[in-house]
Amino acid sequence: MTPHVLTRSLDRSATIFLVVVAALGVLIPLSNLLLPAGSMFQVPTYLVALFGKYACYAILALSIDLIWGYCGILSLGHGAFFALGGYAMGMYLMRQIGSRGVYGNPILPDFMVFLNYPSLPWYWYGFDMFWFAALMVLVVPGLLAFCFGWLAFRSRVTGVYLSIITQAMTYALLLAFFRNDFGFGGNNGLTDFKDILGFNVQADGTRAALFALSCLALILAFLICRAVVTSKLGKVLIAIRDAESRTRFLGYRVESYKLFVFTLSACMAGVAGALYVPQVGIINPGEFAPGNSIEAVIWVAVGGRGTLVGAALGAVVVNYAKTVFTSGPLAPYWLFMLGALFILVTLLLPKGIIGTFNAWWEGRKAKQVTANAESADLEDGVGEPKPAE
Amino acid sequence: MSANFLDRFRAVLLAILLTAAFVVPALAGPFEDAVAKFANDDFSDTDEAIGAVATSGNPLAFPIISALQEGRLSADPDTKKVFVTGGDGKIIDAATGAAVDKLPDNAAAVRLNNRLRRAVEAALGGLTLLSPDPAKRIAAAQSVFKSHEESALAVIDGALAKETNKGAKAAFTEARAAILLYKADATEVEKLEAVAIVKARGDQEAMALLTGLGSDVPPNVARAAASAIASIQSNLAMWSMVQNAWYGLSLGSVLLLAAIGLAITFGVMGVINMAHGEMVMIGAYTTFVVQEVIRTRYPGLFDYSLLIAVPLAFLVAGAIGVLIERGIIRFLYGRPLETLLATWGLSLVLQQAVRTMFGPTNREVGNPSWMSGAFELGQITITYNRLWILCFTLAVFVILLAMLRYTALGLEMRAVTQNRRMAASMGIATSRVDALTFGLGSGIAGIAGVALSQIDNVSPNLGQSYIIDSFMVVVFGGVGNLWGTLVGAFTLGIANKFLEPVAGAVLGKIAILVLIILFIQKRPRGLFALKGRAVEA
Repeated sequence: MTPHVLTRSLDRSATIFLVVVAALGVLIPLSNLLLPAGSMFQVPTYLVALFGKYACYAILALSIDLIWGYCGILSLGHGAFFALGGYAMGMYLMRQIGSRGVYGNPILPDFMVFLNYPSLPWYWYGFDMFWFAALMVLVVPGLLAFCFGWLAFRSRVTGVYLSIITQAMTYALLLAFFRNDFGFGGNNGLTDFKDILGFNVQADGTRAALFALSCLALILAFLICRAVVTSKLGKVLIAIRDAESRTRFLGYRVESYKLFVFTLSACMAGVAGALYVPQVGIINPGEFAPGNSIEAVIWVAVGGRGTLVGAALGAVVVNYAKTVFTSGPLAPYWLFMLGALFILVTLLLPKGIIGTFNAWWEGRKAKQVTANAESADLEDGVGEPKPAE
Repeated sequence: MSANFLDRFRAVLLAILLTAAFVVPALAGPFEDAVAKFANDDFSDTDEAIGAVATSGNPLAFPIISALQEGRLSADPDTKKVFVTGGDGKIIDAATGAAVDKLPDNAAAVRLNNRLRRAVEAALGGLTLLSPDPAKRIAAAQSVFKSHEESALAVIDGALAKETNKGAKAAFTEARAAILLYKADATEVEKLEAVAIVKARGDQEAMALLTGLGSDVPPNVARAAASAIASIQSNLAMWSMVQNAWYGLSLGSVLLLAAIGLAITFGVMGVINMAHGEMVMIGAYTTFVVQEVIRTRYPGLFDYSLLIAVPLAFLVAGAIGVLIERGIIRFLYGRPLETLLATWGLSLVLQQAVRTMFGPTNREVGNPSWMSGAFELGQITITYNRLWILCFTLAVFVILLAMLRYTALGLEMRAVTQNRRMAASMGIATSRVDALTFGLGSGIAGIAGVALSQIDNVSPNLGQSYIIDSFMVVVFGGVGNLWGTLVGAFTLGIANKFLEPVAGAVLGKIAILVLIILFIQKRPRGLFALKGRAVEA
């Protein structure tokens, strides 16, 4: 990445975002590892894992914002790419268990012994090597997105139709992964991981490192997204979002642009899933549930679609609220909250937190300018709710 | 009247005399000796006792053997007396039938092992062949047909001679044929006749019987059996086709019912209502509430509960639909993706609200008497509830079609669908039409809930399981076209049921989803796409 691209792609909110994520990525692991337990500033390990989870969700939200916010593709199946990346990583972690499993089989994971598999299915080959699994984390979701997108975009399936068939896609995968004979552990999924690259997944050091890696991945994903949306390609994407037919008539191959950004986004979601699994310690077919994918979309809507920073922020805010609600006495009300969030955000806050804030900020600047010019003209923006700062 | 009384009096007298006779130990006959063997606590003695009691022809034989099977037969090893504890707790002496106040202290249940259990079952089979209840006789004959136990032949022949019930007679004839088929010393003519009888029966068991026939039968019989197997096979294949088609129609009617409301809101209005499934759920819960009220207040009306629930569910779900349209959706017209998200949120709220009110577990919704049970059609069983749902679905479809075609509201709806601005300029209050259309779609979802409550679990998740299928039906059939929804629903239902035996239930469903995804690539607007400018908007 040349310095030119970097400077062009960074505005103020992006810079703040990057600095904050980088600082958290460094400080939280350090505080967890170096400070004595019980110290006021020491972040306990369970929180490190929780924050790591949020970081993965933020990457997923970025990947959705890239296609929904900038290209108008509302995928209700992004959870599928996330889960596929997670499964690829889970398969590597399963192979690492080796003979330490309950049945002590050096090759077959426990569930295969349990289900009487005679030998390792061919699609499990190679997952004992980290580089191969890491490659698959990108290739499997990317390939699925490429095939799916190639079929869908070429035949101009757009709007809600695309949303519904992406939902059907993740639903079909959900049903498939629930099957025991599909070879991915059925409804128990993959779990009971021991170590990753030789480090114990339960150890504090590994958790801290995974968190730092997640932050790094978030930063990289953010930079890639910024680079895409601020490039000429990004301008075409926005044109497609706002007037697809017109863009096509201007001579752009709309489907190629869409396919590129959809595949890129799926790969990012796959990476998010791959980082998620070792920190959470389990991957099961529940991740494919259509509800998960829609929930991820609402993170983006809450934070502000088409702002990238907002998507990441939304993921963290909504999931923090979820953690607070579901772990306390308010648990029965979480679904009311979540449902109300969907309705209120779409009705009252269509630009999301960041979008509304930006509009307010720019409105204020404009007001200053007009005040300086001693003009009585007021900016529009009437009826927009006061943003939460 | 008096003759009747006299008869009964004589019977009682006879019973008393007989009892008195049996009580006298000096007159102990073979039956009593056999019964006493139960008290020896020896498996081979018990075996002999079973055989002797079963063939004794004594009216106590059936109660004794069935008590033995259920562990209610106990014996006193010292006095060699055997007792039957009835299902109602009354105790009788097994040898005499005389009532006993209580079991002796050292009486223990007569023990069985697996070999004896088989003997008990066979004995009971033979005994029930002579049962006064024709249904029991038929069941016993069926079990003989399966086991083709040679020892039952004498009983069957005897029973056949006396039999007057048509069904029982046929069952006995078939059982007899099965025995003869396997009887080594039966003549060739008898065996050929038997093959013909078994062939006429023509079901899975008949085929099992014929294929189980060894190679030591006369060649003519073997040939006849082979041709009978072939004919049964093709017959069965045809029936399994018919059965799949029926299951498919049944599934299709459920899909149609769930999707038809969606076809209106999504198809006619272009609104994605992810809370559609929750309207179905609300309809089902309305049925539950109606049945609860009827159960507690007017139990006599239970058979009418569904008739009451249908209009109520329509009104409740329809009213909620109008509220949703006025409160949320009208602010989101022209933003389909946002509508999708908002209604999804709404579906979460509705689910949780129902969960809070009625609890997260399944609620019991009963079948009225006219919807329970089944009847046989050839080799397949058709349950009344599925049949009623199919009829009900078609009725709803026809009514809806007629409503759109012949009423003023239907005319306005079609006008607004085809060209909203033109309709508005002609004086149609489009926002009122929108609200009513949405209410209509939701109300029909509510009706669907009433029907689905009869075959599915009524739980807060009821709607979730139908929403994706419903969308698939509408998208596959073509948006904005009720006929498309009809064809789509039945096509998917039948395709699903024909794939199921080949690929299994889950894989079949996945295959259908994949096929639809591929199909949409080819025809993005579904099977029956609307032509013209309206769809380009």
